[in-house]
Amino acid sequence: MANHQALDFEKNVSRALNDAQLRKNFKFAMGNFILKRKAIFPDETETEQLRTLGNAIKQRALSRLPELLAQLEEKCSQNDIQVHWAETTAEANRQVLDIMQAHQATLLVKGKSMVSEEMHLNKFLQGHGIEAMETDLGEFIVQLNNETPSHIIVPAIHKNKDQIARILHENIPDTPYTEDVQELNAIARKTLRQKFYRAGVGLSGVNLAVAETGTLCLVENEGNGRMCTTVPPVHIALMGLEKVIEKLEEVPPMLRLLIGSATGQLITTYVNMITSPRKEGEKDGPQEVHLIILDNGRSNIYADAQRRQTLQCIRCGTCLNHCPVYTRIGGHAYGYIYPGPIGKILNPQVEGLEAAGVLATASSLCNACEEVCPVKIPIPELLRRIRNESYANDFTGTIDGHGYKRNWVELGVWKAWAIMNTHQLINAAGQKIMGTLGLKLPKLGPLKNWTRHRTYPQLAKKSLHELVKEHGVDNE
Amino acid sequence: MSSQARERIFARLNAARPNPLTPGPGVGDLPVKTYSREEKIEHLKSLMEAMRTEVYLTSEQTWLAELKEVLKQRDVKKLLYGPQSPIGEALQSKWKNDDRDLPELVPYDKEIEQFKGEVFNIDAGITSTYGAIAETGALILWSSKEEPRLMSLVPPIHIAVLQAGKIYNTFLEVMQKENWAGGMPTNAFLVSGPSKTADIELTLAFGVHGPKELIVLIVDGE
Repeated sequence: MANHQALDFEKNVSRALNDAQLRKNFKFAMGNFILKRKAIFPDETETEQLRTLGNAIKQRALSRLPELLAQLEEKCSQNDIQVHWAETTAEANRQVLDIMQAHQATLLVKGKSMVSEEMHLNKFLQGHGIEAMETDLGEFIVQLNNETPSHIIVPAIHKNKDQIARILHENIPDTPYTEDVQELNAIARKTLRQKFYRAGVGLSGVNLAVAETGTLCLVENEGNGRMCTTVPPVHIALMGLEKVIEKLEEVPPMLRLLIGSATGQLITTYVNMITSPRKEGEKDGPQEVHLIILDNGRSNIYADAQRRQTLQCIRCGTCLNHCPVYTRIGGHAYGYIYPGPIGKILNPQVEGLEAAGVLATASSLCNACEEVCPVKIPIPELLRRIRNESYANDFTGTIDGHGYKRNWVELGVWKAWAIMNTHQLINAAGQKIMGTLGLKLPKLGPLKNWTRHRTYPQLAKKSLHELVKEHGVDNE
Repeated sequence: MSSQARERIFARLNAARPNPLTPGPGVGDLPVKTYSREEKIEHLKSLMEAMRTEVYLTSEQTWLAELKEVLKQRDVKKLLYGPQSPIGEALQSKWKNDDRDLPELVPYDKEIEQFKGEVFNIDAGITSTYGAIAETGALILWSSKEEPRLMSLVPPIHIAVLQAGKIYNTFLEVMQKENWAGGMPTNAFLVSGPSKTADIELTLAFGVHGPKELIVLIVDGE
């Protein structure tokens, strides 16, 4: 993406690791989320059954994606929702702007939407003289502080309440400094009520789009989402093309999985299902509803059967909460809108390996993400795929930038390794040399990095092969 | 631009389309939860109360008196209602026969464009409900001409009147039994409590953007 600065992941990581406050904030929040998820999915057998169903619903939908998208479009059109297609984020931004300009609207109120973050919509609209106001409390805080979200579900989780108190105090006129959470809420409520009242257009994301009925489902706790989709005369909904499911009756299990995984709740305060704009005789609700369906690399991911599983994601964020790496470095270090395990597989596929492939290295492959994923995305398998493609020397990769890490030294080392392990004499000679010289290897390149935080590997004088020859095998 | 984008997106998706998967596990495979009439009421009540909703068990004879008490406690000055709604007539006759200590009854009878200032300055709104879900503890509301969407959202207090017989076991049950797939309203929504957030240090706080208070009057006809 053009408006991304080159990612210096290593620097970001070491900065995050040295920020004690940040690490404390994340450690507390992630630990909390893990417990809450566990409490809301108490029966392992039942949860497993539900996850299997979630996986099947998404896989079935993806296997028929073109038909379902066409059906969604047809149903929406019948219901007077106007459907727009965008291949790129630039196109989607333009479509939002065009709709706003057609209504001479200068204020946009926004419910939470990760796609809008992906589009960098606020910045784009600002450049065209339009105020785009985040209304989810966490997003509002992050916007006031001129940041991006650090978590998919709780965007301001990297800040504690003292920091948030300061942000509100310094950025909203006539706001006293208070660390009382109720009062901080009241400040946001008061400020944003006026915005809801005045806004010409409201914007939202989409959690699930139902092809069967053309219904857009949104979940939230605050009520800002219902405000954005009900008060302004125009509503724009943004969705990635992977969000469509086939049937309405699939909504309850998908919501159970999404909500339980995201916040550890049985149900959110509001489940909002929108099927049309205001009808004849109805007294409120938007007179126009627009649905913008964004591709932005998704159709390329779709083309590969293994990578397609990435598109099962329902953006619950639970893989972030359970990731030992994310918990220690937080969301911003990843440098992209989607952090954590899902970001590590999504960003490299969308942005290309040269730009974002490094993210796939930030994993110990502990499998926690896969174990909790409500739709069973094999994230570790996809991480390995991305790592392999980064080095692929056979030109078989399908991810943009495949083979970018390939280098002749490393290739030579692996070739030599293979020869050494398939030829007995060379192997024996190699062992001797390594045993004697191993400790004296110069700390260069990868060896230097490896040993910076780790004990230098001790190479045995005798190989296992030789030891077995001499002593035989115990307990055979 | 949009139509060219559409063509190119569909071309890529169609080129990559796998064989449609045969139906695997479906929603019918999930264990079915059922509750007795009393259990439904009890389950709904306890879940909603845990989310700081006030729930009152009333009858056809007592719900209006209970409502009056609720309004009085909160010193509500203006109450928004739908005159043509299922509870409209009952409210009107109550207000006609007993006007002491009752707030002004404001009908939502014009389009929001002529009414926005008033709606944003009203203390409370009262609506009927489509039903409720026992399993998750949530009210079901369908928007209608008679009861517009903002009634349950903008005023700081939302009072909902629920017929006990309309409590369903699960979300799936109400969808299937009432054939929602055959015709969805402009806006169907579930409400499980007053507006809340945990965006600051995961501390739960109520009354962010939607109602600060949710009061449910369950009317038990039996």
